[in-house]
Amino acid sequence: MIAPGTAQGIRSGRARAATEVNLQVHVRQRVTQVLYDAIGVGVAVVMLFPIYWMVATSFKPGRDILTLVPKWFPAPFTLQNFQDAIARPFFLDDVKNSLLVVGVMLALALAISFLAAVATARFGFKGRTAFLVMIIGVQMVPLNALIIPLYLMLDSVGQTDALPGVIAVYLAVVLPFMVWTLRGFVANIPAELEESAMIDGCTRVGAFLRITFPLVGPGLVATAIFGFIQAWNEYIVAYVLLSSPGNQTLTVWLASFTTNHGPEWGPLMAAATLTGLPVVAFFLILQRYLAGGLTAGAVKG
Amino acid sequence: MGMAVAAPDLEPVPPFSPSPPYRAWLRANILPYALISPSVLVIAGILAFPLGMLVWLSLQHYGLRELIHHAGDWVGLDNYRAILVDPLFHQVIVRSLLFTFACVALTVVLSTLIALLLLKVRSAVRILVMSSLVFVWATPVIVSVDIWQWMFDYEFGVINYLLTQLHLGNFIHHNWFDNPVQGLGVLVVVVVWGAIPFVTITVFAGLLQVPNDVIDAAKVDGASAWHTFWYVTAPLLKPIFLIVTCLSTIWDFGVFNQIYVMLNQRPSSDYFTIAIYSYRESFGVTQYGLGAAIAVLMVLVLVFVTFFYVRETVKVAEIA
Repeated sequence: MIAPGTAQGIRSGRARAATEVNLQVHVRQRVTQVLYDAIGVGVAVVMLFPIYWMVATSFKPGRDILTLVPKWFPAPFTLQNFQDAIARPFFLDDVKNSLLVVGVMLALALAISFLAAVATARFGFKGRTAFLVMIIGVQMVPLNALIIPLYLMLDSVGQTDALPGVIAVYLAVVLPFMVWTLRGFVANIPAELEESAMIDGCTRVGAFLRITFPLVGPGLVATAIFGFIQAWNEYIVAYVLLSSPGNQTLTVWLASFTTNHGPEWGPLMAAATLTGLPVVAFFLILQRYLAGGLTAGAVKG
Repeated sequence: MGMAVAAPDLEPVPPFSPSPPYRAWLRANILPYALISPSVLVIAGILAFPLGMLVWLSLQHYGLRELIHHAGDWVGLDNYRAILVDPLFHQVIVRSLLFTFACVALTVVLSTLIALLLLKVRSAVRILVMSSLVFVWATPVIVSVDIWQWMFDYEFGVINYLLTQLHLGNFIHHNWFDNPVQGLGVLVVVVVWGAIPFVTITVFAGLLQVPNDVIDAAKVDGASAWHTFWYVTAPLLKPIFLIVTCLSTIWDFGVFNQIYVMLNQRPSSDYFTIAIYSYRESFGVTQYGLGAAIAVLMVLVLVFVTFFYVRETVKVAEIA
């Protein structure tokens, strides 16, 4: 027993008070941590709910969709909405058009942007700076503003309501970003690797094909996925240029769904899920390249 | 259009050449131009030329008859005069600016708050929030508009049900689009929801690069959390805030898809933003000259914004 008032007593009293304070701080930290985590979960729920609601609706039978009190889970479960969506007129035509547009555009874009990336990453030449400034500058021009001249231009050469016109426009839209990104990938491969291959007897072209090209593979994949997403999601150019339903792309088909069929939410949500699926899949592959590349540029200013 | 824009590092790369002088000359003087020429052709032909043509068109009377003959009537600045005295245009400009301001401000503030929150939560929650952001980011705009249209449906929409259940009023059979202010509010929600992932992830990546010792030093000096953010973190992140604000402004000022599709491709003039107004003038009433003039004004506003951004970026770079 320690008598209060003695030096020893005061010290032990202080120690006890300190532990209590520590405990309080500890409890408060725990409470704030739980609070932060709860808000975090709340943010995730709010962000994800619309996507969940699309998928959930697409798996519900019609009578469970049009209810005044929403049914939170798709039980019973049905694939009828997906069958309905696929059976709609022009759905499959427009899927085919979208794939064709994106495929052809990507093949051209990869080849063209790779050449420019090599030029800007491997050579110093007059006008290089001007070219790079142009690449950045054109990304600032809103596509919406160019719709009218693009339409008139393509109209005068008879390429409205035809896929080549749309392919050409998409090509120009994705090219600047692809050149810029690929340039970074090429620049990151040391030229010394090529040089040593050439010393070992490779031709310049051979060194390029055997050394640089395989190393730049991930960059090509990343930029290709980016171009795919941009073109797959594009709406206004396709909407203005492609007038007949059999020639349109998937986003145009989707956007006119409620106008043409009235709000049939089940098939619409199923079609929306199908449209979004490839993009989400590719995005998940892409995001590790994307976040890094984006912010590296942004921080440098 | 572009996902990211960054400053070029403009120092020239010295060419290396262990080959004869003539071929070296050829390589340095012909090859790079040959390599960039396809890109230049495509960009000049399909972006730069139309931009010039847009300005040219805006100085002409170009209607259906001119479209058939592929030739406009020169009218000088008449189109601009007609637009600038049009009371509808004044409404459209004010509406576009307010809409843009609301979207950009909400996007940047909410994204910054989420990014700061991501620093505080435990890693499992961080992964959860990040994944949710990636999913939203990946959702195509048209798909997201269809989803929100369904969620805000006046009869069976889940939002009206939830708001009524939360006792925020009686929203049974409430049509959000009857009143343009409410309708545009809904559209702000749609735009901001879609814009948050990009801005949050960019700001978060920036926050991770703020050195811990700077934050600790501020704490030791007794700065509150708010002061630490406002006087230490925010200035360090200025380049990032500049770029996300600039890009968001460009995207939101030119907003078309969300409004046009949300209102079933028939928006009433109460919902006209500048891009929709330009579209309606050209393709709705076939006055391509007028539509082009509106588009030129839109680009001018954006050039002004971009110019401001570039100037600030240069300033930041000079200080650093």
